[in-house]
Amino acid sequence: MSYDAPIKELGETYLLPEGTTAHQVTETIARVTENKAPRGWWLLFLMSLTGLGAMGGALTYLFVQGVGVWGNNAPVYWAWDITNFVWWIGIGHAGTLISAILFLFRQKWRTSINRFAEAMTVFAVLCAALFPAIHTGRPWFDYYLFPLPNQMDMWPNFKSPLMWDVFAVNTYLLISVIFWYMGLIPDFATLRDRSKSLFRKRAYGFFALGWRGAHRHWQHYERAYLILAGISTPLVLSVHSVVSFDFATSVVPGWHTTIFPPYFVAGAVFSGFALVTTLMLICRSVFKMQNVVTVKHLDLMNKFMLGTALLVGYAYAMELFIAWYSSNPYEQWVFLHNRLGWGILDSDGNWGPLWWAYYTMVFCNVVVPQIFWFKRARTSVPIMFIASILINIGMWFERFVIIVTSTYQDFLPSAWGMFHPTLIDILTYLGTFGLFFTLFLLFVRWLPMIAIAEVKGTLQGAHPDLHAVEALDEPGAATAPVPAE
Amino acid sequence: MVEQAHNQSSTKRPALYLAEYDTPNAIAKAAMKVRDAGYKKWDCHSPYAMHGMDEAMGLKPTKIGFISFFFGMAGVATAVLMMKYMNAWDFNFLDIGWGYPIIVGGKPPGAFPSMVPIMFELGILFCGFATLFGLLGIIKLPRHNHPIFESERFEAATDDKFFISIEAGDPSFDLDRTKALLESTGPTHLELIEEAA
Repeated sequence: MSYDAPIKELGETYLLPEGTTAHQVTETIARVTENKAPRGWWLLFLMSLTGLGAMGGALTYLFVQGVGVWGNNAPVYWAWDITNFVWWIGIGHAGTLISAILFLFRQKWRTSINRFAEAMTVFAVLCAALFPAIHTGRPWFDYYLFPLPNQMDMWPNFKSPLMWDVFAVNTYLLISVIFWYMGLIPDFATLRDRSKSLFRKRAYGFFALGWRGAHRHWQHYERAYLILAGISTPLVLSVHSVVSFDFATSVVPGWHTTIFPPYFVAGAVFSGFALVTTLMLICRSVFKMQNVVTVKHLDLMNKFMLGTALLVGYAYAMELFIAWYSSNPYEQWVFLHNRLGWGILDSDGNWGPLWWAYYTMVFCNVVVPQIFWFKRARTSVPIMFIASILINIGMWFERFVIIVTSTYQDFLPSAWGMFHPTLIDILTYLGTFGLFFTLFLLFVRWLPMIAIAEVKGTLQGAHPDLHAVEALDEPGAATAPVPAE
Repeated sequence: MVEQAHNQSSTKRPALYLAEYDTPNAIAKAAMKVRDAGYKKWDCHSPYAMHGMDEAMGLKPTKIGFISFFFGMAGVATAVLMMKYMNAWDFNFLDIGWGYPIIVGGKPPGAFPSMVPIMFELGILFCGFATLFGLLGIIKLPRHNHPIFESERFEAATDDKFFISIEAGDPSFDLDRTKALLESTGPTHLELIEEAA
């Protein structure tokens, strides 16, 4: 079958070594949920729980005291919380890209990492959604954000990009969960059928919905999966575009730019791929999955990072160009003084105090990924591990640079100020890592972290060769000409 | 009491034949034979979606796309009505509360361009839910009590084996002739699954 077999002329090969059996695939992936957790898992899990506890403490203190415990103050009203929101939601985008867009492009290598990336999406969006919710100041009134009938007849203002964001982020979360769950149904059935204890059988069986691998089901299932991939693709592009509208539709210098939607989407994919790489490298060594997630997969992911790094670098350059070309003195002040810290001194004769944030961003996001031009770097686990972490730091700084350096010195010098994070800011941010990794570790421990059914479909000889079968069927057909494909 | 229970469970009737195969080509060949024999209530079971089986089984293309499309459009329409009601029109629909025009920045209430993002998001949201629940409706899941689960060997259907099941409810089903047909396809194992009458 021409579709399923690798194209030899293009140098394609099967993803997994030829001769890998379906049973080996089941065994490798399902045994992680059945064996005792390795010591590394417990170590990471306890660390994550500690982080989650720190977040709980920081949030409790915040709710008791109010948002004054953060460093946000005039003129920087959006600081770490919105930085973290945009950063986390960007992390999630790679998951949808891998699961949906690569599916539409028939990139079969995605099957080894898509489940993993989808889980990451769901948990990252949860972490992201937390920040606007607590940033409202009185989170017990957050239901005002939803169009609920109420005794005050008070409705949301749908002209506000912040309302668009509420719909975009919630839709994204729900659709990601649906997509993730639909992919999991056949794998839940696999775990159910391997279960030794009644409890496991019941628990996995409940979520497997009585799946029996029937082809009359697969037929509709595959189309439903394709439709979900088809709607997720524009969805993921729209979500970060809408997030960028929060900035782009304002008149703040440094925010009011038309390049923001594509620039945000590229940056989101970039940082998301970096986090997938970081997590994948840890998991494949802790759970010994080097055979399913091969160096070839990692090589392809690093190429993606290089490509999106170039897009992001282009956006940085274009922002600078437009700041110069616009002749807008406020825009130029933000870029030259607040960001580059260069050329223009403020009234006290100082350089912009946050220049280091801009250079950290450029170094991590544009300079570091250039190492992936070299095949040796793309296939070296230590190099890509360090690079992926640096990229994530760089992408956090990108959002910090956009939000804080645009607002702390904008139009009127009398309204200028400065932003300093507090301990609670830092604990809340680090705490969301606790939340993310706690959920993630529970996922890799109890759910199949790689899509078992999909990987089996990429094995050699996984699909029937109908022409050969039909030829065998008729007596004396061995000499009959087989139609050329 | 024990005797009675035993009697009850022993009054079983055949539910389906289950034939087991080792390779995709074997089950595809068998599926063509069953298809050509004119069976209707039968199925192939595999650990992953096998391409080419639609043809081998003679299935019509799925229609789930119509469900997704319809509900996606319904989502877009809902978004327009919701935003118009809450931000532009002025009446109280079914006593859920008065909608009224909200004028912000001197822009016309209910202006179309500002509605586009939420129309899009709500369309996607409705479409996604409709696709999941439409799928479950079409394939009639969840169903945990299917007689096919009586077979011990069927547990391999989600691992690495392939099965054909022909249900007793099929008009052409016959204990002997169906068995002969399945045997002629060369299964590695063939069994009759029974269910309580």
